[in-house]
Amino acid sequence: MIAYQLSIFAENKPGRLAKVTSVLAREKINIRAITIASSDAFGVINILADDPEAARKALGDAGLTVSLKPVIAVVIPDKPGGLDKLIQLLAGQDINIENAYGFVLESWEKAVFVIEVDQIDKTQHVLKASKFETLDASALASIEPFHYMKY
Amino acid sequence: MYWDEDVEKIDRNELEKRQLQDLKASVKKASLSVFYKERFRKIDFDPDSIRSLEDINKIPFTTKDDLREYWPYGFLSVQKDDLVRMHSSSGTTGRATVIFHTRGDLEAWTDMVARSMYMTGMRKSDVFQNMMTYGLFTGGLGFHYGAEKIGALIIPAGAGNSKRQIQLMRDFETTVIHIIPSYALHLSEVFEEAGVDPRRDTKLSIAFLGAEPHSEKTRIKVEEFYGLKAYNSYGLSEMNGPGVAFECPFQQGMHIWEDNFLVELVDPRTLEPVAEGEEGELVLTTLRRQGMPILRYRTKDLTCIINGTCECGRTHRRIERITGRTDDMLIIKGVNIFPVQVEKKLMGIPGVGMNFLIILEREGYNDHMIVKVEVQKEFFSGDLKQLENLRRKITEELKSDILITPKVELVEPSSLPKSEGKAVRVIDNRKD
Ligand SMILES: [Zn+2]
Repeated sequence: MIAYQLSIFAENKPGRLAKVTSVLAREKINIRAITIASSDAFGVINILADDPEAARKALGDAGLTVSLKPVIAVVIPDKPGGLDKLIQLLAGQDINIENAYGFVLESWEKAVFVIEVDQIDKTQHVLKASKFETLDASALASIEPFHYMKY
Repeated sequence: MYWDEDVEKIDRNELEKRQLQDLKASVKKASLSVFYKERFRKIDFDPDSIRSLEDINKIPFTTKDDLREYWPYGFLSVQKDDLVRMHSSSGTTGRATVIFHTRGDLEAWTDMVARSMYMTGMRKSDVFQNMMTYGLFTGGLGFHYGAEKIGALIIPAGAGNSKRQIQLMRDFETTVIHIIPSYALHLSEVFEEAGVDPRRDTKLSIAFLGAEPHSEKTRIKVEEFYGLKAYNSYGLSEMNGPGVAFECPFQQGMHIWEDNFLVELVDPRTLEPVAEGEEGELVLTTLRRQGMPILRYRTKDLTCIINGTCECGRTHRRIERITGRTDDMLIIKGVNIFPVQVEKKLMGIPGVGMNFLIILEREGYNDHMIVKVEVQKEFFSGDLKQLENLRRKITEELKSDILITPKVELVEPSSLPKSEGKAVRVIDNRKD
């Protein structure tokens, strides 16, 4: 399954990230994960949000330069070696990871590893064959954000 | 003391008499070219109708656009066969203008450069290090031949390679240098880093500062650091190059060689002559050039004419340092750049948005050109690598055109300042 990540072009200057988060807060869009990749004077803010389409519209309306990019959100076990298994699999298939970041879903249980890859169809195929679970936008949206607080 | 005393101290009346004679001949010569033939016909001007120097008013101004439009041979008054050299305005490929010289033109130019250098005290016993680019640019070869005519020993060092420049100065006991003022300041830092004191470790006594307008403060800095006298040199490729106007030992303005150029100063808006002592745009007419005479050329350089005779005894009038331009041409590291050139290049690159901004900064003694470029909204795919590739492409494309490597920064669409709806293209933060 494919998930969508928002990428926002931003100059490296104070207030750019604040603008992004304020727009999303106003629209009640939940941020699952956020990373910033930057060159010296400019960068790209990557956001995994619960409603990417609405987020894109809101950010675009606010004058930001946004694009929606397909990514794969892979569920991996949150334990030593969990990530390695995934990475080894992709490397063995000559799939190049262009950007990646992760977040924990349930401590010591599950984590999500988000990857941007050069061959998205092939990657999906490979992951499916190896029984990796992937999440799409709605699956990401339905994650209970505070479930780790359940006793 | 004088290279050509009769000419340099010529009586003004006698000078004007000669100017009139030469003007008549120059207008006639010009009328042989495609450009002036058409222009004279259009305004029904008879090249034989010049009776006084004031009659030059009957001839319309010539501009850089005219030179471009009739590029490359439309201004030639002689057969191509009679030409021996071409030169081109510095730093521009897209908008370069070319100037052609006959053997006689080169001799006259060389003589003016020799006269200028000699005036400052340079002699055949001197060792002259020419730190200017040789080639299409007139600064290298122009001074080279002038110095050769004086008989000095020339080190044709060319531009750049600071460490080697210093080495050459020391090894061959250079006494006179020709250098871009901003580079002279930059080089002083290299001297300091190398622990070499030009006052103690070199024999430098004269510097010609040219190809770039500069302030009195810069001159003083150069003089103090290097322990020499620095003389301002003015010229433009359309009027040969260096050797149009030059400072004498009194350093109170540059003598403009009126035996070769007819000088006018006009208000750039009305194109009427400015009142005495007022600032105006320098307009020049070649009086002797055979291959490519140019009449009433608008230099776009702003200056004042200093009236009264100079203490040095030369009767040729003096102009002040160039105080600015009437167009938006930028000069950085001696290279002429028009914002429109940058615009043309940028707009041809996919991914570039609507607006850009050139910022000129001075860091220590180094000038930098920063170009901020808006990214096209639709171009952005969310990929940092894509942006970096775009930036690299812009840098390379600009470099190939303007010869300077700018620092390119990508900015968000519609983020650059506009004043009254009009894009601000240039911010010049360079100050002495
Ligand atoms: Zn003088």
